[in-house]
Amino acid sequence: MNQPTRATMLLETPFHSRVAERCEINDWGNWMGYTTPNAFFDVELEYFSIRSTTGVFDLSPMNKYRIQGPDAEAYLNRMATRNISKIGINRVGYTVWCNDAGMVMDDGTIFRLGESDYRLCSYQRAIDWLLWCAMGFDVTITDETEDLAALAVQGPTSCTSLTEMGLTDLNTLKPFGMRTYDFEGEKLMVSRTGFTGDLGYEVWVSPEKAETLWDQLFDAGKEYLIKPFGSYALDIARIETGFIQAGVDFVPAEEMVRPGRARSPFELGLSWLVDLEKPLFNGRTALLKEKANGSRYRFAILNVDGNKPAEHSFIMKGDRQIGTVTSAAWCPTAKSNIAFAQLEMPEGDIGEEYVAEIYYQRELHWTRLLAPCTVIDGPIFNPKRRRKTPAISH
Amino acid sequence: MTDFDAIIIGAGHNGLVCAGYLAKAGKKVLVLESRAVPGGCAATHEFAPGFNVSSCAQWLYQLSPNVVSDLKLTQHGLAYAAEGLATIALDEAGDHLRLQGDSASGGGVSSEDQKAYGLFRKKMRKYAKLMRTAYGTRPPKLVEHDLHDKITFAKLGLGMKLLGKDDMSDLMRLILINIFDVMKETFQSPKLQAALALDAVIGTPMGPRSPNTVFTYLHRFFGEVLGFEGATQVKGGMGMLGAALSNAATDLGAVVRCDTSVASIDKTFDRVTGVTLSSGEHITAKLVVSSADPKTTFKSLLGYQHMEAGLVRRIEQIRFKSGTVKVHLALSGLPTFAGLDQSALGQRLVIAPSLNALESAFNPLKYDESSARPVMDISIPSINDPSLAPNGQHVLSAIVQYAPLNPKGGWEALRAPFMAAVIAELTRYAPDIASLITAEELLTPADLAATFGMTGGNWHHGELTMDQVLMTRPATGISQYQTGIDGLYLCGAGSHPGGGLMGLAGKNSAQEIIRQGELA
Repeated sequence: MNQPTRATMLLETPFHSRVAERCEINDWGNWMGYTTPNAFFDVELEYFSIRSTTGVFDLSPMNKYRIQGPDAEAYLNRMATRNISKIGINRVGYTVWCNDAGMVMDDGTIFRLGESDYRLCSYQRAIDWLLWCAMGFDVTITDETEDLAALAVQGPTSCTSLTEMGLTDLNTLKPFGMRTYDFEGEKLMVSRTGFTGDLGYEVWVSPEKAETLWDQLFDAGKEYLIKPFGSYALDIARIETGFIQAGVDFVPAEEMVRPGRARSPFELGLSWLVDLEKPLFNGRTALLKEKANGSRYRFAILNVDGNKPAEHSFIMKGDRQIGTVTSAAWCPTAKSNIAFAQLEMPEGDIGEEYVAEIYYQRELHWTRLLAPCTVIDGPIFNPKRRRKTPAISH
Repeated sequence: MTDFDAIIIGAGHNGLVCAGYLAKAGKKVLVLESRAVPGGCAATHEFAPGFNVSSCAQWLYQLSPNVVSDLKLTQHGLAYAAEGLATIALDEAGDHLRLQGDSASGGGVSSEDQKAYGLFRKKMRKYAKLMRTAYGTRPPKLVEHDLHDKITFAKLGLGMKLLGKDDMSDLMRLILINIFDVMKETFQSPKLQAALALDAVIGTPMGPRSPNTVFTYLHRFFGEVLGFEGATQVKGGMGMLGAALSNAATDLGAVVRCDTSVASIDKTFDRVTGVTLSSGEHITAKLVVSSADPKTTFKSLLGYQHMEAGLVRRIEQIRFKSGTVKVHLALSGLPTFAGLDQSALGQRLVIAPSLNALESAFNPLKYDESSARPVMDISIPSINDPSLAPNGQHVLSAIVQYAPLNPKGGWEALRAPFMAAVIAELTRYAPDIASLITAEELLTPADLAATFGMTGGNWHHGELTMDQVLMTRPATGISQYQTGIDGLYLCGAGSHPGGGLMGLAGKNSAQEIIRQGELA
């Protein structure tokens, strides 16, 4: 387990045997050094498992760090932009963290496991930064990335599938709550979290129990049309529901090479995650200044006419280029063509209309399409079942 | 309403200079010093009954004349026992090399070398003039396009241009190589090469082949453009400079409290508001200005947990190594140096036989070991200033290279053998010296660190290397004496332009505080 495969030199996740068995079209990608499927059989069908039944995604490559010790809360409050003190025990919080320049390094989720016991899940490798941040604090930081296997179980029948598997009364778990169950003589942790904007859970077990979890889950979910999905399907779901992704919608600040390419939380539409009332956190001084002087960019969700995804498009206002698209997808459930854009301030007010300059190719023939687009107020897909407690059962 | 306009942590020379300038500008200033006497490294102490010696720095060679006149230090007790001293590089056979001004004589120095020495110094003076522009104000930032910084850049650019094409390109070539190569290409005499190279490495954890040693040479040479033509000896020992600075600051209205150590810098919400003393007493001020080194200031006094992590990382990455030891000997009479008459013993004596001897002395430091044959810069101050020792007796003070902060096996095991190595080396030149020693003292880098609060025992408060000077001193983003934390400034040697008894960090910092209108 976790040995590089000879062909790809990439690590395998604890679910690899099961994932490989289901990966019918053999379309693999590199996710932070792990080999993971881009797609299993058909991107659209995989996507519809998320929106209509139960979709399962192997998220083991997510970086997981345990933060423990008397100063754990103070430590996280200094590192992250939001107020960590407001996350109760057995609750999960989404946050971003910045460098001193107030530029976003990464986003992730913080799981509060106990009074002074947290787990941080991040997209980027973060141990170096976490250890720098630990200087002066009484905390221990442990990299648990390889100690935990995790599946995202998402979709309207996800609660039912998991309940069938034995997670009794799971429907009472509130969004961003978490709970522990006994599983095969070990502990299984389940949190009502996800990256799809739908009803969904993330299930965490030791790597040794990973294959058992997969088998039992797919058995239990059979009647509820459970299917695995790959990163292409996830990408559509997260764009539909308005989630940005590190490395795609922003350049992680400490990886930036060219000056000015990083973005602040304000510029990514994440001001709700920034608590300037906290006396100290990384980037606070710079963010206070930005708040006073204004931001350079604004994050906008655009509803684009037509059905051609506005990938890598320029956003034009008349003859002037005012922004670029970072993520775009045709969103099947919302039946909308959505794009995330970085617009130059002061552009980007809700309802503003621009033109997306889309280039696409059909049989070696490039076509330029000028598609009108409108700034919309928040994500286009945000179903009630995502938040409803008790969660819907079937 | 705060107790003071500014609290200055540390009555080292830079702290006192900063206090003096702020007090002169009408500010209410308090200086807090943990030791019993003000002055920091500008200190004198009695290490054996009746024998007094400059505790740390022993020569004055770059004190800013503006500081002397602005703070009227002469009126406050600063006097020189000797000025413009020659440097005599000792020779075992008695053929000593004497360097005075632009002349090099004795030591078998050829006429070509004598000529080359004059030309070399002429070139170094041109470069040092450029440093005067850079050292006299805050270092300019590269990105913010501030007018003051633009003027500094313009002056530096013009200064570079005025060097002429050849000297300008030679500076760009020299500054990044090492003093070993520069000496080899400039001079033939091993003694001349080594005597100059010693100036480049003294007070540093570097050998002559280390990069950055041309810069450290220039840093030391810089005093020449301030009017110091050779080493100067302060009357009464270096402590009298500390006393004069303290008197000047007090006379201008500053309060200097000794025996008062600061336990922490207080920060409420996002502003520094004052300090808490070890006694528990709180004192408030609009500004706290620290002359302690950056690591002491941020890690020990403010606390990393009260800072943003990027700054913590930059502070933690500052290098503070040292290889410098101070040796003090009480002598019952003047030692006899072969080939030197007694009148010459009041000059600056150096033991640096050759470049390879310097490099060999340096090698063990890389492995936390000490030199078998140390090199040194020697002063017998009681010749020019008999008040330092009982009648007819003398003190010898030497800055010795190289011994580590934390030797393998600890200093208790190394102390006696290292002292023996120093005395053995002195005995090669003054065979009777051992019989004259009545008391001795060895201050290890660890002792210097503990006594003078210098992290790592590094007297520059952070190594003087190209990556730790100008706009990156002490770290990027905090190079202009501001720390990015409201209410907290730096004024010590850890800031631009670095250490040595210069006073410019303290002066520049005070001027920056006034320019920023922080206390307006």
